[in-house]
Amino acid sequence: MIDILIAILSTIGALAIFFASLGILRMPDFYLRLSVTVKAATMGVGLLLLCAAILFPDISVSTKAIAIIFFLIITSPIAAHMIGRAAYLTGTPLWKGTIIDELAGQYDKETGLLKNEKPSEQKTDSEQPQGQIAESEEETK
Amino acid sequence: MTLATYFDYFILPILTISVILVFIRLVKGPKVVDRVIALDLIITIGIGIITIFTIRSNQKVLLDVAIILALIAFLSTVAFSFYIEKREDD
Repeated sequence: MIDILIAILSTIGALAIFFASLGILRMPDFYLRLSVTVKAATMGVGLLLLCAAILFPDISVSTKAIAIIFFLIITSPIAAHMIGRAAYLTGTPLWKGTIIDELAGQYDKETGLLKNEKPSEQKTDSEQPQGQIAESEEETK
Repeated sequence: MTLATYFDYFILPILTISVILVFIRLVKGPKVVDRVIALDLIITIGIGIITIFTIRSNQKVLLDVAIILALIAFLSTVAFSFYIEKREDD
């Protein structure tokens, strides 16, 4: 009974990690790669660690495994947010098929601060800032 | 099929193939931020491999290494993004 539960949990975990690595290889853009990686890999490693926590009869192993899961769930969104912000500020281009770049023109590139008001409200449509959407597929590949 | 052979012949090969696929992105990534997240993902998959190896070899001491790796992955990503943001030219 326990064996079947462990097999199911570890299969889902390993497949989630595999899809995360497939996504980081195949996605067309840095931001899509980031969005695939963080959630799926955290879930996969969390399920594998849950297998170890169930399988060992020792209480210390379960405590350690649950501590690692807790730590991963807390820290990975923070790391993803910081690297995504750094990427946007240094001008990493978005994918060519991106429909809207809502942050376009709102970041002050010198100080790294976010402005409150949208700059496009005073301007006409033709003067709207273009943002960082890439011109071609090859730019983000 | 026992659980041990299932771990040996299904779970560990999938994780190994995942590390190879991420390593391709680490070599080829067009910007430095792609390489940073690829490195982060490799360390995260490494935690999973260490967990499976802990189960298979019945050595519970190895989970301490996984704790340290989780800490180092977070710190390295934060430090990389801090210095990428501070850098003047790309």
